[in-house]
Amino acid sequence: MKEKVFLGIDVGSVSTNIVLVNENKEIIEKLYLRTMGNPIKVLKEGLNNIREQYADDIQIMGVGTTGSGRTLASFMVGGDVVKNEITSHAVASSTYVPDVKTILEIGGQDSKIIILRNHVVCDFAMNTVCAAGTGSFLDRQAARLGVPIEAFGDLALKSQTPVRIAGRCAVFAESDMIHKQQLGYSQEDIINGLCEALVRNYLNNVGKGKEILSPVVFQGGVAANKGIKKAFERALGCEVYVPEHYNVMGALGAAILAQREAQRKHQTNFLGFDIADIDFQVKGFECQHCPNACEVVGIYKDDLLAARWGDKCGRWTNINLESPVA
Amino acid sequence: MKITFPHMGTTFIPIKMILDELNIEVILPPKSNKRALELGVKCSPEAICVPFKIITGNILEGIEKGADTVFMLTGCGPCRFGIFHALQREIIHDMGHDVEFLTADRFSNYEGLREFSQRLKEASPQNSYIKIIRTIKKGLKVLDEVDTLYELTNKLRPRELNKGEVDYIWAQFENDIRTSYGYKEVMHVIKKYHLQLKEIEVDYKKPCLKVAIVGEIYTILENYINLNIERKLGNMGIEAIRTTSASEFVREQLDFIPFMRSQKKKIYKAASKYLDIPIGGHAINSIGNIMRAVKNDYDGVIHLLPFTCMPEIVVQSILPTIEKEQNIPIMTLVLDEMTGEGGYITRLEAFVDLIQKRREMKNEGKSFSWY
Repeated sequence: MKEKVFLGIDVGSVSTNIVLVNENKEIIEKLYLRTMGNPIKVLKEGLNNIREQYADDIQIMGVGTTGSGRTLASFMVGGDVVKNEITSHAVASSTYVPDVKTILEIGGQDSKIIILRNHVVCDFAMNTVCAAGTGSFLDRQAARLGVPIEAFGDLALKSQTPVRIAGRCAVFAESDMIHKQQLGYSQEDIINGLCEALVRNYLNNVGKGKEILSPVVFQGGVAANKGIKKAFERALGCEVYVPEHYNVMGALGAAILAQREAQRKHQTNFLGFDIADIDFQVKGFECQHCPNACEVVGIYKDDLLAARWGDKCGRWTNINLESPVA
Repeated sequence: MKITFPHMGTTFIPIKMILDELNIEVILPPKSNKRALELGVKCSPEAICVPFKIITGNILEGIEKGADTVFMLTGCGPCRFGIFHALQREIIHDMGHDVEFLTADRFSNYEGLREFSQRLKEASPQNSYIKIIRTIKKGLKVLDEVDTLYELTNKLRPRELNKGEVDYIWAQFENDIRTSYGYKEVMHVIKKYHLQLKEIEVDYKKPCLKVAIVGEIYTILENYINLNIERKLGNMGIEAIRTTSASEFVREQLDFIPFMRSQKKKIYKAASKYLDIPIGGHAINSIGNIMRAVKNDYDGVIHLLPFTCMPEIVVQSILPTIEKEQNIPIMTLVLDEMTGEGGYITRLEAFVDLIQKRREMKNEGKSFSWY
C-alpha cells in the first residue's frame, strides 16, 4: 500500500522548497534548494530527487504551489492549488502553532507581517517600495565581510558594543557599514548593528501601525539568523518563536492547501514525476498589437506550447492562436 | 493648430469630442503605456508623483505625432497638480520642442468656466460662445455616459458566465471610440456597446464580495498605472467599486451651479469623524468614501496612491485607526514606475483570501472580531 502524500512547492527568489507531507500533516521530506535564478532546472532536479527516493512508496494525492514562481511551477507539475505566499505562510503557521497571533516572515526578496486573530488572517502588510532588510541584503553583506551566511547570527550574538547602522536603504546601509568599519568597530559589532538595523527597518515600515501581539512566530529563510531573532525579541519585548521548519513554511502551507483541495474534488492534476525528464522552455515576446505592449510569456513542453500568459487583452492566452515566438 | 492633451482614464473621450465638434484638430496620444512612462520618467523630477511622469510622456508622444499645442488643466489648490503645466512647459521647451500651452483653471467658479470657454474661443475663433457652451454641455453628457458604461463593466465582470467577454467588449469599445468623430458618433458608439454589454450572459444571483477602491483620483482612473486593479479583482470574482469617477470629479467642481448635484457634502460629512478640513488632493474624499463603504457593508477597501503623494500619505496614517474602529480591512497600494506586477498580484490575492475568509465567518454566524 503506497502512502498517500501531498506535495507543496514554493518557488521563491532565493530558494525553491519542496515538501512532502502525509495525511496527518507530518513532514516526510523537505528540500531546500537554491533557486540560483533558474527555477525550472532547480524544480526538475528537486522532483527527480524525490522520485529516486520515494517513487515506489508514495502516491501523490494533491499538489500546491506558492511563491513568486507559483504560476510557472503549477503549469510545470500540474498544480491543484496556486496560492499567494501570504496565505500559504499563514496557513502553515496556524497549523503548527495554533494560537499564533503575529507572523514575521522575511524571505529573500520580500518581508511581510501577518496578523491573525481567532485563527484567521485579519491583516497583513508586505514591503512595498524597497527590499532593504531582506535575505538578499544580508547575503550580500555576508559575502562582503567574508563571513559565511550561516555564521552570521552567531557572530552577532557575540557583540559587546552596540553600533547603529543606517538601515533605510540597502546601499546606504552598506556605505554606513563601511564607514563604521573604517572607524575600527569589530566585525561582531557591525554584524549585530546590521541585524538591529534590519529589524528597525522592518518594524518601522512593514510593521507600522500593526498591533503585534504574542505569540509571535518568525519564519522564512532569515529566521535561521539568531542575531535577527534576538534583535526582534529586544525590540518587541517578548519571546519570538522560530518553528522547526521555518524555512519551508510556504511550501508546507501549499501542501496543506492541496490536501484540502484534494478532499474537496477527490483527484489531482499532478502530471507525474516524469516531468523531471521533460524539456521545459520559456519564451517571451512583446506584443506590438496595441500601445499596452504586454510582455507575453509562453511555456513550451518539449517544443509544444503548453500555456501562455501575461497579455492584458486575452489575445494570446488562447494557446490555439499561432505564436510569433514558436 | 494641432492640439494634444494627456490621458486620464476615459476622459479623452469627451475632451476629444469637444475639440472635434469645435473643428479644432486633435492629436490623440496613444493610450498610456510603457513607452509614455519611460519618456516621462526620463525628463521629470525624480521625486514627483507618477501621474506627472506619465502625463508628460503622453504630451511628448502627442508632440511626436505632430501636435503644436498642449491643452492642460491647471488650478491652484488640489495638490501639486496645480503646477504640472508650468513645470511641463519648462521641461518641454528645454527639450527643444516649440509648443504652445493652452491652460485653463479648474472650473471651480463662474470665472473658471468663463476662462475655459475663452481658451476654446481663442483656439477656434470661428465658433460662437453659444456653440462653445453647448459643446461643453455635450461633453459633460458624454463624460457621464462613459462612466456609466464603465461602471457597468465592473458590475458584470465578476458575474459573467463566459470569462473574458466583458474585457473583450471593452477593448473593442476603446478601439472604436478612438476613431469616432463628434458628438453623434461618440454617443452612437457608447450606445452600441451598452447594448452589447447588456446582452452578456450573467449570473445575477451570484453573491459577489464588494471592494471599494479609494484614493488619489489619477491612480484610480488610469488603468495603466493601477495595473488594471478593477479588472483583476473582477476576474477573481470580486466586484470592484471605484468610489470616484471623472464625472463625479467635474460635478464636484461645478456644484456652485444651482442644478449641479455632487456627493461632496455627504462625503465630507462622512469623513468628519477622522478628518474635517480639506488638506488637499482627495484626502477627505478617501476617508469619506471609506466611511460610506463601512456603512454599506462592503467587504474591504483598497487604497491607491502614487508614491510621494502628500495628501494620501496623511490618509494612510489615519487608516490603521479606521481599520480598527470600523472593523473593515483596508489595504494600501503605493504605485509608481517601479511597481512590479508580480508582488502587486500577490498582495491582491492575499487580500481577496482575507476578505473571503471574513465573509465565510460572518455567514456562518460566528462572531468575528479582531480581538
